[in-house]
Amino acid sequence: MRANLHVKDRVGIVGAGMTLFRRRFLETPRELAWEAVKQALDSAGLTLRDIDCVVIGTAPDAFDGIHMNGEYLADGAGGFGKPVDRIYIGGGTGVMVPISAWWHAASGHCNTVLAVAEEKMSHAMPHPQYVFAYIWDPILERPLGPNLIWIFAMEMRRYMHKCGAKKEDIALVSVKNKRNALDHPAAQAAANITVDDVLNSELLVWPVNRLDISPVSDGAVALIIAREKVARRITDSPVWIEGVGFTLDNTHWYNRELGYPRYVEYAARMAYRMAGIERPWKEIDVAEPYDPFDYKELHHIEGLQLAPRCQAWKLLKEGYFDRDGELPTSPSGGLLGVGNPIAAAGLMKVAELFWQLRYEAGKRQVKKPVHKGVAQAWGDLMQAGTVIVLGN
Amino acid sequence: MSGESGKPKTPLPGTYLKRDEYMKLPGLIKYKPVARYLFSAGQAQSRFLHGLKEGKILGVMCPSCGRVYVPPRAYCEYCHTPTSEWVELPGTGTIHTAVVSYIATDRSRLEEPEIVGVIRLDAPGYKEDQYEFAGLFHKICGVTPEQVMDGSAIGMRVKPRWKPAEERTGSVTDIECFEPVEG
Ligand SMILES: [Zn+2]
Repeated sequence: MRANLHVKDRVGIVGAGMTLFRRRFLETPRELAWEAVKQALDSAGLTLRDIDCVVIGTAPDAFDGIHMNGEYLADGAGGFGKPVDRIYIGGGTGVMVPISAWWHAASGHCNTVLAVAEEKMSHAMPHPQYVFAYIWDPILERPLGPNLIWIFAMEMRRYMHKCGAKKEDIALVSVKNKRNALDHPAAQAAANITVDDVLNSELLVWPVNRLDISPVSDGAVALIIAREKVARRITDSPVWIEGVGFTLDNTHWYNRELGYPRYVEYAARMAYRMAGIERPWKEIDVAEPYDPFDYKELHHIEGLQLAPRCQAWKLLKEGYFDRDGELPTSPSGGLLGVGNPIAAAGLMKVAELFWQLRYEAGKRQVKKPVHKGVAQAWGDLMQAGTVIVLGN
Repeated sequence: MSGESGKPKTPLPGTYLKRDEYMKLPGLIKYKPVARYLFSAGQAQSRFLHGLKEGKILGVMCPSCGRVYVPPRAYCEYCHTPTSEWVELPGTGTIHTAVVSYIATDRSRLEEPEIVGVIRLDAPGYKEDQYEFAGLFHKICGVTPEQVMDGSAIGMRVKPRWKPAEERTGSVTDIECFEPVEG
């Protein structure tokens, strides 16, 4: 049953573009944003003059090293002289950007919206992980000298314990996604690797090894979003935004069960209700769950209600989530394979659904016919869930 | 990005540089932000930290829903009403999750691995297996990396190991770590 939403207009995606994902670019953050926007406009046969509003997403300012980074990026993202809005919820940003662009258009306020996400992590020294030191609570967490990977390791350990999964079961996500990325032209970390390669890579925080994690990346992605009437003039095959959902939990991550992301479930249920989806595990044809770490994809598949709790790792072993499987997940190659410029990585997942639902994904195209897809991102201190449902 | 081959019609933008190429760029700017803060712990946590100095773990209860918060909040996140009733917890708890870190904050390798985790504290009103609980993030000692890896550390009963009273300053580090309860 569809929720009784008062939207003026249906909203569709009509174009997408992106830069390469790499560690270390010559380009500045705003140049990366500009390159992605140019690609997206070209793909739709539009110019900046056709754009009414701009939504920019970039995650912690500390990566680009510029406070109020949204304003800094605005001209590169095509926002000069236009209404510009910035989204800023860590890793959840990439999927929140098109959600925000959706309500800009669905409200009738803007006919066309550029949704742009950018991140340049490589210039943070000595390693961008250090920048994450400022995400922690100054009173209760920073005195313990944490590294960001600790919190992921704690969640992964809890998931393993609760669900009976072993490191080798989880490493299969990394193997699958890096393999999928071999067909992605932007990919930074595409590879044919084995489970043993993951287990034998540098041990950082047990149970997390180097190859359980996505790389440090720079990159930008842009989508063009339009109200139905305008969208149909631009293309014969818009991809519709059918549902959106987003939830924040609190920052007290050590006061809750780490084996299951409640906030992702809430966001997913909100998006499915709006899209009229009652049985997501049957009705969703292709999914792009957020995978900065391999276990996270499994965690999120369960939060998205695409598999029963603690069953995702078992289905993975059966090939259920492969590109030619029953429910392909991360056919793009995900963050593990394509790369993880934080905000841009989430938007890359939405761009992948756009190409999949238009049958334009080339070698990455999933085998089964596709009607509906879901993309999701996650962010902050184990607390943000952002979900978007697309249909063709 | 579109088309039969899945290859872009033109190469994707972005000029990738190897590390040594990057280091040779003209006009590279080295910058270290200087920002200093003096954070106050606030209404609820100041009292909590004072408790630590006295060797006590204090929680605070919401009068409307009965949740016990450790670390304490001045308000209930659910009811958004003031929390009022302070309770002293026994300090004991169980290990919810634990990991073995081989890296420091800046990702440099540690000489000795460190075990950290989440402690689910024994608190009135919370049932086993509830999604939420009173708890702390802290270091764990007296547990081996093997016990973390084979899973026997999870669910283990632990208690705080306090610093000597004269060394406590009202910081989360007044607890050196959580260690197994003997016997
Ligand atoms: Zn309450």
